[in-house]
Amino acid sequence: MRYLPLTPDDRAQMLSVIGAPDIEALFADVPSAARVTELFNLPLHAGELEVERELVSLAARNRPAGAGPFFCGAGAYRHHVPASVDHIIQRSEFLTSYTPYQPEIAQGTLQVLFEFQSQVAALTGLDVANASMYDGSTACAEAVMMAKRVTRREKAILSGGVHPHYAAVTQTIAHAEGMEIVRQKAAIDAEADVIAAIDSTVACVVVQTPNVFGVVTDVTRIAEAAHAAGALLIVVTTEAVSFGLLKSPSERGADIAVAEGQSIGNALNYGGPYVGLFACREKLVRQMPGRLCGETVDADGRRGYVLTLSTREQHIRREKATSNICTNSGLCALAFTIHLSLLGEVGLRQLAALNHSRARDMAGALKSAGVEVLTPRFFNEIAVRVPDASAAVEALLADGIVAGVPYSRLDPHAGLDDVLLLAATETTTSEDITALAAALKRRAGR
Amino acid sequence: MRFTKDHEWVEVDGDVATIGITAYAAEQLGDVVFVETPDVGKTVKAGDGFAVVESVKAASDVYAPISGEVVAANAALSDAPETVNAAPEAAGWFAKVKLANPAEVDALMDRHAYEEYLATL
Amino acid sequence: MTMNNVGRPTGPGAGGATAGHASLTGGRGLLQDEPLLFELGGWDKTGVDFDSAEHDASDLGDLVRTAAIGLAGLSEPETMRHYVRLSQKNHAIDLALYPLGSCTMKHNPRLNEKMARLAGFADLHPLAPVSTAQGALELIDRLAHWLKTLTGMPAVAMTPKAGAHGELCGLLCIKAAHEAAGQGHRRTVLVPTSAHGTNPATAAFVGYSVTEIAQTADGRVDLADLEAKLGDHVAAIMVTNPNTCGLFERDVIEIARISHAHGAYFYCDGANFNAIVGRVRPGDLGVDAMHINLHKTFSTPHGGGGPGAGPVVLSEALAKFAPAPWVVHDGTGLKLVEEAAGEAAQAFGRMCAFQGQMGMFVRAYAYMRSHGADGLRQVAEDAVLNANYIKARLSAEMTPAFPDGPCMHEALFDDSWLEGTGITTLDFAKAMIDEGFHPMTMYFPLVVHGAMLIEPTETEPKRELDRFCDALLALARAAKAGDAARFTGAPYLAPLRRLDETLAARKPKLTWRPDPPALSEERAQVLAS
Repeated sequence: MRYLPLTPDDRAQMLSVIGAPDIEALFADVPSAARVTELFNLPLHAGELEVERELVSLAARNRPAGAGPFFCGAGAYRHHVPASVDHIIQRSEFLTSYTPYQPEIAQGTLQVLFEFQSQVAALTGLDVANASMYDGSTACAEAVMMAKRVTRREKAILSGGVHPHYAAVTQTIAHAEGMEIVRQKAAIDAEADVIAAIDSTVACVVVQTPNVFGVVTDVTRIAEAAHAAGALLIVVTTEAVSFGLLKSPSERGADIAVAEGQSIGNALNYGGPYVGLFACREKLVRQMPGRLCGETVDADGRRGYVLTLSTREQHIRREKATSNICTNSGLCALAFTIHLSLLGEVGLRQLAALNHSRARDMAGALKSAGVEVLTPRFFNEIAVRVPDASAAVEALLADGIVAGVPYSRLDPHAGLDDVLLLAATETTTSEDITALAAALKRRAGR
Repeated sequence: MRFTKDHEWVEVDGDVATIGITAYAAEQLGDVVFVETPDVGKTVKAGDGFAVVESVKAASDVYAPISGEVVAANAALSDAPETVNAAPEAAGWFAKVKLANPAEVDALMDRHAYEEYLATL
Repeated sequence: MTMNNVGRPTGPGAGGATAGHASLTGGRGLLQDEPLLFELGGWDKTGVDFDSAEHDASDLGDLVRTAAIGLAGLSEPETMRHYVRLSQKNHAIDLALYPLGSCTMKHNPRLNEKMARLAGFADLHPLAPVSTAQGALELIDRLAHWLKTLTGMPAVAMTPKAGAHGELCGLLCIKAAHEAAGQGHRRTVLVPTSAHGTNPATAAFVGYSVTEIAQTADGRVDLADLEAKLGDHVAAIMVTNPNTCGLFERDVIEIARISHAHGAYFYCDGANFNAIVGRVRPGDLGVDAMHINLHKTFSTPHGGGGPGAGPVVLSEALAKFAPAPWVVHDGTGLKLVEEAAGEAAQAFGRMCAFQGQMGMFVRAYAYMRSHGADGLRQVAEDAVLNANYIKARLSAEMTPAFPDGPCMHEALFDDSWLEGTGITTLDFAKAMIDEGFHPMTMYFPLVVHGAMLIEPTETEPKRELDRFCDALLALARAAKAGDAARFTGAPYLAPLRRLDETLAARKPKLTWRPDPPALSEERAQVLAS
């Protein structure tokens, strides 16, 4: 077997050094009732060629986003990632290393994490960022738990524009912790409705912008109301490219910003692995979950990086830790950091502008085709009114068009069956947009 | 100055007790990097965790040696936690507590008894 | 004869004086001194080319970001240099043995990387219409079948994103099951003192309190102590098996039995499944829930700290509480159930936004198919053999924490053999770095003094094991011979010497910020006075 280097001779020699008669002797502690003596009812080992054939045939039964006009967003976005990103992340030294427990021989990973944290802090405008979370949704849930620790209050308000899956993940965790989540009714442009629900028992207010319907909101007034009540404002972003065009969460008063970082450097991967971004104001850092990398010096006074403030973490604090997170999303964070270094300030701004421009094209084309656009101010994603959006998406597949995500798929009980979510990115061509508009017009005309 | 088996010290001035950790504890912990002092106004009960002291590798709870209301916390420790190592039984104090039950102080060890206790560890 | 005497010299040079020789620039041969991205790059530099946008952002008015973001950019050649230079400061499995106990640092087959990058998997949107993702659902379903078969468990929740996330999922299932049975008052979790820190942290995260179970002198759960602590208040026990001392819990079936008899569920931490895969089914041991770290046992790359994947296998009793989404067959094809309804409405919730770590599923499945039922069994055998070989060889100079009987996939030593040398476990570990090896897991488990936990995995050839053992034995002899400086100042030869962690924690500097502008002498005097 190609991944197993020991030869039968090696094994015999090693057993004799150990002083064991056979391999069974090494499993002596396993009760005989628990030992499986036959092979399991599964296929036997297979060569690369055979495995590759099976996986290629499975992959061929999926339609990649790049196969034709494609408009899905709603928390995951198709972007072009430069070839050099994937090349670098496959270097052995990044791919096959682990959490940098030994900083002297992990400066590569540690310096990257420091650069990643610095980039995330810059994007969000906040003081500090951690070394990543699993994804945007778990980062959102962790932010709410952090607000509970900071304020010692047990209620969180989620606006109706928060991605339903993010809300569900947050509710799941909060329920376990005994925290109350007030989730407002889904509504397209109603972020400001959270203000009425804020009182002095509220730990935090969670607002997403651009929200799940694509609406960009100025949350400054929400921040003021939250702060006046002693609550924190958590701003959620699912499309990280939007940081290149829109005012930062910090500029709008966020205390904690969380985001899905997949858009930068990472493929769609059918939902994972992704990379959660987590940033906050400096004074809250000791309540932050996850790993943190910090600058220091070595015994010779040379600059270096280490994991720090680890007394917050599970391996030291155990049941008093800020979170149970251990492994995070290192390689995805690396991809994010490389892609963002290639983009730089000017590249990210261009990319964001291009995304916004394509979405304006899309919204314009759909309006011209008689489709009602529901999102008043958007970045690269809009909600439109299409009767029975689920059926429309299925019908447009026949035309080779993947026409976005029906909102009802995310939230079947909201009564918004006629809302279709559509995203455009730099990968969307004008031909794609023309095809979509024409197909929706044909359907409406039937 | 009075001492506990958990290595806290108490010094009473009128009805206010100043509380910190002993030189022995500070040395055992190693380099202190952070101290979480209690909020002023909080009521503590003898034996409750009321502060946390962190070194690089460990976070330790500090127990209130006596009961009462926290009237002051040592804000200087947030910028200079190393004070706990440099002067544990003076400038490195954690908090001042208004005694609810002065008799609790009498139950604590004096320095001689504490030193004898240390010798047994 | 013709004689060319102008060519380059080919001898070794003067040789000799090398010690203490530092370069003039801070680099060391191929190891470049590399500044931060922010010190190298410029705000106006970029490594990408875009079409210009047709429309501006005037529709967004003052929502547009006008202030500088503060990012630095690099051209593509500079980007390659920067990250390749950084990469060379990392240890990696592809370079040498990486014996981190309880982390299972095994070889990562490159076929798996290639398969995960097939457009049908990598370029597949999580909310793409299900009819366009049948191959992905089929793969999830096949992987689930393998996981269920290998563990002997009837169900698996696929979405947890790492081991600790799997623990959380398992405990949430248990909590939901207790609440459904009117047993919501059970709020204590029993955890052995040797447990990984995530166990108590997870229990606390779901609102449970933690009580520790004592350990016997031979490194196992103390059954009498467990029985004494079980009761009507206990929701679950969390036991790692093989445990963090690298030992199989001989009484595991009894542990399960008495826990069940007291109404508690048995959560097994599957971090060490590599030792028993293909040979022992946790389902046969009475386990109710167990996460499987795909990045350990099933070889998805550790990536410098993730991404991981932590599917949780579940017993019949817990299966109906598993979180959404999951895959079902409906006659015509595969469907994704994204919202619990009807009979399944007992699902406790959702662990993450989408279907879990699909990229890791592809890699793990390719790995399992490559090994097959026969190869996976051999994996466990070779992993255990390698660990016992290391234990046997190193016992010549070092003291195994549990000398009697075999270990499983990892060998645990204490520091009693260092007594009187003035050298600590940490010093010894740092000296290993100078010899070209990554240190073992240190000071864990907490129950063993100065613990050194060595997990070689099955992908190490005997030659590498011998190289490793020879190096450690030589170091051990040096330590005992009084060569303390070799250890206490180590590492000397790594990209950096020992780092000041106290400074990092006292004055946290967590992001790059430009140095403040230099003060004029006059201004400095004003501030100083």
